[in-house]
Amino acid sequence: MNESLRAHRPAASMPGHVVELGPEPPLRLDCGVDLGPFRIAYQTYGRLNDERSNAILVCHALTGDQYVADPHPVTGKPGWWSEIVGPGRVLDTERYFLICANVLGGCMGSTGPVDIDPATGRPWGLSFPVITIGDMVRAQARLLDHLGIEQLFCVLGGSMGGFQVLEWAASYPERVFSAVPIAAAARHSAQNIAFNEVGRQAILNDPDWCGGQYWAEGKKPHRGLAVARMAAHITYLSEAALHRKFGRNLQDRPTFTYGFDAEFQVESYLRHQGSTFVDRFDANSYLYITRAMDYFDLATAHGGVLANAFKGTPVRFCVISFSSDWLFPTQESRAIVHALNAVAANVSFVEVVSDKGHDAFLLDEPEFHATLNGFLEGAAEHRGLPRRGEQ
Amino acid sequence: MSRPRRVNGHSIRVDLKWIAEMIEADSRVLDVGCGDGMLLDYLYHTRNVDGRGIELSMAGVSNAVSHGLSVIQGDADTDLKDYPTGAFDYVILSQTLQAMREPRRVLDHMLRIGRRGVVSFPNFGHWTIRVGLALRGRMPVTRTLANHWYDTPNIHLCTIKDFVALCDELGITIEKGLSLDGEGRLQAFDGRGALANLLGAQALFLLSRPGR
Repeated sequence: MNESLRAHRPAASMPGHVVELGPEPPLRLDCGVDLGPFRIAYQTYGRLNDERSNAILVCHALTGDQYVADPHPVTGKPGWWSEIVGPGRVLDTERYFLICANVLGGCMGSTGPVDIDPATGRPWGLSFPVITIGDMVRAQARLLDHLGIEQLFCVLGGSMGGFQVLEWAASYPERVFSAVPIAAAARHSAQNIAFNEVGRQAILNDPDWCGGQYWAEGKKPHRGLAVARMAAHITYLSEAALHRKFGRNLQDRPTFTYGFDAEFQVESYLRHQGSTFVDRFDANSYLYITRAMDYFDLATAHGGVLANAFKGTPVRFCVISFSSDWLFPTQESRAIVHALNAVAANVSFVEVVSDKGHDAFLLDEPEFHATLNGFLEGAAEHRGLPRRGEQ
Repeated sequence: MSRPRRVNGHSIRVDLKWIAEMIEADSRVLDVGCGDGMLLDYLYHTRNVDGRGIELSMAGVSNAVSHGLSVIQGDADTDLKDYPTGAFDYVILSQTLQAMREPRRVLDHMLRIGRRGVVSFPNFGHWTIRVGLALRGRMPVTRTLANHWYDTPNIHLCTIKDFVALCDELGITIEKGLSLDGEGRLQAFDGRGALANLLGAQALFLLSRPGR
């Protein structure tokens, strides 16, 4: 088996849980296709209490996965939110039951384009139906049905995870006690669609992409996917963060070499980001998930008025943005807050001052963690969950 | 990190306590310019109030939210228009109105969003201010007006008499008027009258609008 085919892992080889849902009823996708049966791969942390009232659904971002607080099965790196998940931490696994599922269309065990199409016996590739954020959330709701969880104590997530949070609150208000969309927006902006398109074109124009059937050809569009990641990665940072980290420093050389090697440290860093990403992510999944983000527009789905998405909502919201995030700038969060105010929803809103850009939600930002912690403590009190140390 | 710093809310600024006295238990309250949420926290713990806050300063909002309060970072001058009519039982402007760019519009919104409004402000008619201005010829710096003219957030100061006149003009009913001294202690006379205008350091009004 060559290297790229070995990377085509069956779901069973991933650590954590996998459940097959459906076929009855199938998942009716926004594009009109009925999908079923479908698989959802997920991780859990902590214990569900007897009242089943302490479940928190963590929604991951575009290139995230269900390994919130476990070493990544491919890279071995710590989970993407391991800083705040664990006993006594903000997402306290001694008090809460955390669930994180790989999104539909993903490549870490949930059904996606990397899987075998039962109709053909070959990987779906581009014949996989196009999915939306709504589809991802409906699939997660089916997972909760399977787990016997009627209402989530909280649903939270950053970036595309925040899209899912908003979709959850709008589609299943009775199943969500509190919701925390972080560094997110109620719709994907033209600029963000544009960046996604650059990434997709890099993949689609890689000869090794093979019309989406690269697995069958024993190839993998490494170069296209790496360039997509490099372009996207710039949008996750900020000018200040890049300057602080790299400035104009040269890479392992005292002076210019007058060539096109990675002359500057920032180039070397981006190339590294690109090359490590291809080991853990599938190019077709990248196409499908970025497309799902592009389609997201909660207002349009509710008659053009964002507030309509939340009319009469019982959900307690905490909206969080970061001052240097130019991918999902604060004004996008403010638009969500204005819509929630318009229906007199219970909402908190904090813009955390940070120079770390969009990625700040994944990093050590004490003010962000204090905000999230305080909101969860307040919500837990209203939900009647025991205080810290009382359970 | 644990919730909250003032669980029973027993320590609270005296003037805030008088505001709390005006709020019925189990009501819905919007505190405009809520600072770090001290009043909201007190109302929740003593009166089971469902409280929300708006605050301009990031530090205040961050502090309030990290203590479990529902507070948003926002500007009352621009953000009050988003709230639906009749969404709250009370809208509170505690030492906030005089810092608004458009106090009249804020008052209008206040009594549209809330069934009642509670307003407190420093009284510019207080005798020390009058005397100081007359004799020293300088802008006042007092316990209730602690800033110098060049760094004060208070851009629309008024006297009690001015405020009562504005309420008349806007068709606002003053249901209750209290006059407080510089320490926030209640004074015995009617908070709407000439004595209050001369001797009150702060004024506190419960407002409503007929037909609401």
